[in-house]
Parts: sequence; C-alpha cells; structure tokens
Amino acid sequence: MTAMLQVENLHQEFRIGGSLLDRMKFADGRLRFPDTRVKAVNGVSLSVNRGEVVALVGESGCGKSTVAKTIARIYRPSQGAIRIEGEDISSYGVREMLPVRSRMQMIFQDPFASLNPRQKVRDIVAEPLLEQTQGRAARKEVAQKTLDLLARVGLNTEHAGRYPHQFSGGQRQRIGIARALSVNPGLIIADEPVSALDVSIQAQILNLMMDLRDEFGLAYLFISHDLSVVHHIADRIGVMYLGFLVETGSREKLFSAPRHPYTRALLSAAPSIEKTRPREEIELSGEVPSALDLPSGCCFRTRCPLAFERCKVERPTLKDMGDGQQVACHLTDEPERDTQ
Amino acid sequence: MAEAKPANAAAPETLLRVEDLRTWFHTFSGTVKAVDGVSFSVKRGEIMGLVGESGGGKSVVGFSILGLIDPPGKIESGAIEFNGENLKDAGDARLRDIRGRDIAMVFQDPMTSLNPLHTVGEQMDEMLRLHTDMDAGQRQARCVQVLEDVGISRAADRLKSYPHQFSGGMRQRVVIAIAMLAQPKLVIADEPTTALDVTIQAQILKLMRRQIRDNGASMILVTHDLAVVSEMADHITVLYCGKVVERGPTDDVIRRPSHPYTRGLIDSIPNPAHRMARLKQIPGAVPDIRKLPKGCNFQDRCPRVGTLCRESEPPLVATGARAHACHFPLKEGETE
Repeated sequence: MTAMLQVENLHQEFRIGGSLLDRMKFADGRLRFPDTRVKAVNGVSLSVNRGEVVALVGESGCGKSTVAKTIARIYRPSQGAIRIEGEDISSYGVREMLPVRSRMQMIFQDPFASLNPRQKVRDIVAEPLLEQTQGRAARKEVAQKTLDLLARVGLNTEHAGRYPHQFSGGQRQRIGIARALSVNPGLIIADEPVSALDVSIQAQILNLMMDLRDEFGLAYLFISHDLSVVHHIADRIGVMYLGFLVETGSREKLFSAPRHPYTRALLSAAPSIEKTRPREEIELSGEVPSALDLPSGCCFRTRCPLAFERCKVERPTLKDMGDGQQVACHLTDEPERDTQ
Repeated sequence: MAEAKPANAAAPETLLRVEDLRTWFHTFSGTVKAVDGVSFSVKRGEIMGLVGESGGGKSVVGFSILGLIDPPGKIESGAIEFNGENLKDAGDARLRDIRGRDIAMVFQDPMTSLNPLHTVGEQMDEMLRLHTDMDAGQRQARCVQVLEDVGISRAADRLKSYPHQFSGGMRQRVVIAIAMLAQPKLVIADEPTTALDVTIQAQILKLMRRQIRDNGASMILVTHDLAVVSEMADHITVLYCGKVVERGPTDDVIRRPSHPYTRGLIDSIPNPAHRMARLKQIPGAVPDIRKLPKGCNFQDRCPRVGTLCRESEPPLVATGARAHACHFPLKEGETE
C-alpha cells in the first residue's frame, strides 16, 4: 500500500537580504548582489500512512512549520520529493495542485487569522468544495453538506450565518476543521492547532480530532511544540532541531527510551504535574544557533553536553536502530561516551 | 491542620494580604467584573501560583496590587495590605516609590516591557537611581553583578547593548535582572515563560526560583500553565471568572482537588504517565463575564451541578490550609 504522504530528502531555503539596492556591494572591483540564505529545512524524510498520526516536535525556528507549509505546497521546495498517495507534487503549479487539495487539507495555528473576517461561516466552510467543483456543485447539496459538517464539529445551524468574530477561539478552530473536512481529504496537516487555546478547550479540540480520525480514517501530520499534546495524539513522532530531523520513532519508544541528547533534554525540560516521573536531567545551556549560519558537523553540538571532536567535523545522519527508531547522533556508534 | 498564627504582630509572616478585592471595568457594553471578591495571602519567602484560563482575572489581580488599573477599570472595594501598609488607598507618589523597590513586576513579553530606545544599562541604572542612593560607580557595579547572577556573560559589555540585540530568553533574563535590582520583597511575574521555548523556559524558571530564594523574596506567579505552577509554587490559588474557586498547598491541591473546575483543568492536560484514549474535557466555554449566570459561575460546565448551584453562589469555605467555593466538592479520591 502506498503511503498517504511520503517526503524524501526535503530541503527548503529562503533568500533574505532585502531588495537589490539593500544587497548591492562592491567587492573585488565589481558590483555584486550577494544574497543570504536561511536553511530552514535540511533533508527531512518522513512518511504518514493512512489513518496514522505523525507528529513533528521541536522548538521555535526548528523548521517544523516550514515542513508543513512546504508539504501543503504553500512553499515550493528547494529540493526533495513530496508524494501524496504516490504522486510527486513537489513541482506542481497552482492549477495542478487543485485536485491534490481535495486529498490534503491544512488546519492552522491561529484561528483568528485563518478565517476571512468578511465571510460568513457557511461560506468559509463551503468554499473549498465550490472551488473543487469549480462552482458546479449543486447549491442545495453544498448547503446541506455545510450544515452537516458544522454539526459534526459541534456547531449548530444558527452558527452558519454568523461571522468569525462572533466566535471564541475554540469555536473558530472547529470552523477551520469543518472547512478542512469539506472536501473529504485523506490527509490533514495541522500546524499547532491547539497551541492558541486554553487547556480545557484544547482537550475538546484534541478529542474532536481523534474522533474524526476514527470516523473518516484521516491521517494527520501534526506539528506541535507541546510534548504532552504530541504524546497524547501521535502514533509516530519526529523530533526536529535547526531544520534537521534528529530522531524518529514510535510514541512509546521515543518517550520511554529517547536516544538523541536533544530529545532527552526536551523531555526533561517539559514541566509536568506528575512529580513521581523519573527524570533524567539534561539541562541545556545557551540557545539555538542561527539558521543563517549552521554549525559545522552536528547541528546540536553547540548546546550538547555530550559533544566530542567528531561532532564538530562530521554531520551525523539518521541511522536505523533496528527497532523502528532512527537517530542522528554519533553517540550511537560510541555508547561509552554517553555518560549522562 | 490549622495554620500557625504569627507569635506577635510586629513580625508578621504574611507579606501580602488581599481581602475581598473587586476590580471592575465599566464599559459601554456593561460592567466587567474581572476580579470579584478575591482573597488570598502571600507569606514571606513563599511562591504563590495564581492559575486560571484566559478571562479568569489573574492578570488583573497583579495589576490591582501595583495600582496599575486605568479607567474604565476601578478597584471598587477590598483591601490590599502589603507589609502592613494599605496599598489600595496609597497615593500615586507612594505607589511609585513602592513599585520597583518593594514590589517588582515581570511581564510576559520581554520585548514590550523593555524600552527599545535605551540600552539595557540605562534601563537598569534608572531603577537604581530612582530607588537607591548609590553613586554612579556603585550602581554600575550592582548592574554588572545582577546581570551575571541571571546568567548573562560579559555583563559589563552587554550593559551597552539594546534590547533587540538579545534573544527572547536573554531578554527575559534582563527583565528578571531589572526586577531583582532593588532587592524587592515581592515579585509579581505575569506569564513570565509563556513566550519562551520549553528548554529556555526550564532555564528561566530555575533562575527565577533561585533568585527568589536567594533574596528571601516572595513571588506571585500568574500563569495558565498548571504544570509550571506545580513545579514552582508552594501555594496555589485557582481563579474562574474573577472568583477564587480553590486554594491550598500546591501538591495537595493537584493530588486532591476539591473543586470540579480544578479537577477538570488537571484532567484536560494530556499526561504522558497515564495516557488515555480520550482526554477528559470540560464541556462548553468560559461564559461571557458581563452576563454571568445566577448562582455558581461554573454551573453550565460542571458535571456535579445541582439545583442549589443555580440558585445560590457557593461561598469560599476554608478547611485547614485548603479552601474551596463549591456546593458539592469532590471528596478525596473522587474523580468526577
């Protein structure tokens, strides 16, 4: 069976540095226009099977949202393949993407910015459907489907005629979910869908997303910085740092036996109401280096308490550990150095 | 367990006492009772966690203590007693004196609480110039020392930097340094780590705890994050719609919550130690604070609601170190 989503060696670079005038420089007697490149994503490979929830975690600036937006083809990837049910969409144009979008939809982080304030809820939810059929869908059917969708996500008929500002954050996120579901996608890319919500509302939305997965057999690519949320929802997890995937594995494995020092540090830094949990204290000093100027060798070596000479010269690649877990760390070759 | 009364009134162990505080905002669309009868106290050397969801009134409590409520907001009634002094009726001049010197504040967003046009050194120096009689050399030395305390290396050089030259975590360290400069007795920290990444959050929380303990100060930690509170605070006060619904020693409250709202909040957090197929959720949403129902504010979301809850508002009942405002509180071990 082909995977719902398969991403191979995805790279995403952004040119920054402003206009030609800003970049203009004299060097070696010639006028030059050097540009600066942010390497946001550096060779990420992942796959999501039908009905599976795969989460990407990491701190701000690690590239997790860029991966999501590149897969949704909001960005064009600099390099790499993105396959939706076997079809490589990495170089598709806007028109070619249209039929793909009925198989893949996105839910955004900010429920205040992702809904058009001048559209009524019924029009917001119906838009993808009308777009897919190029306006030929029977109006009656679309209207009925819209109401069904709203009911399914916990809103009612009278909500359909209102505008987004009349809703709370949790309700808006429900509208965003209904919009994504309207075209019956197999894959939903959810970029921090609950991080703007209060905890009691967050639980409602997470439960709704899990129910919808069971009901429609949805697959999720779930982007989050919150480890407890990820632990709750994901079947498999990828940990990102500075645009690199440093560890992947099943939920159970990754949380009970994290191997990469960064994963271990993340887990020990997360506050918890559970005091009894055994804690491995890997405390990180310093901050994430700039993606403009990636460190040589391992991306994590500048903050890693276990870094040694090899980490400076050689970039570790993801290695299969034999139990479904993959780790990019030189310590896997030299476990005796792992003193923590 | 009854709380020990201080032996004599001259050395009270209570640093701050807030009694029946009401801060209301009179808007055109009605009166918003953001804080409506909140009482709590903070002992010397204690970290008190003020928890609740957005709209709970927790930030307004912090602002009220410092006299930072602007019209249309007004402190309607209640008492704020700090170190034996009535702050509610203190004049502006006196409050200016107290702010920064006796009570310092750390805000959520370090970029907006630092002035982008002045160097960090100038902003730190201002605090000492206003609140101490140190000379320029002493002030400089103190600034360097405090910056080093919060883990900023090359402190003497960094004093000449502007806020935008620091990263988010470093900026929050600077804000904490400024708060600690005049050795305040109380620090009010309003969501100090909400804007930060989890590894940086761990660093900052550790730093704040050490700074508070080393200086013998007290802290009010305002946050929506129960996990942060459970790791930091000695006592916890849970707010819902401007009212205290529960308070007590942190571990006790988290292990045995009495109020269904506290229980719901705890159960809403996905807990890696006990993963369940579905999270327990609190149904509905926080009601519009201008149109609160008669009786208990939590009635429409509560699994234990009875007719009494719709008729009369439950008073805050204290038993030992704990207090709760619920007609049908959870008994020990009860889950729903």
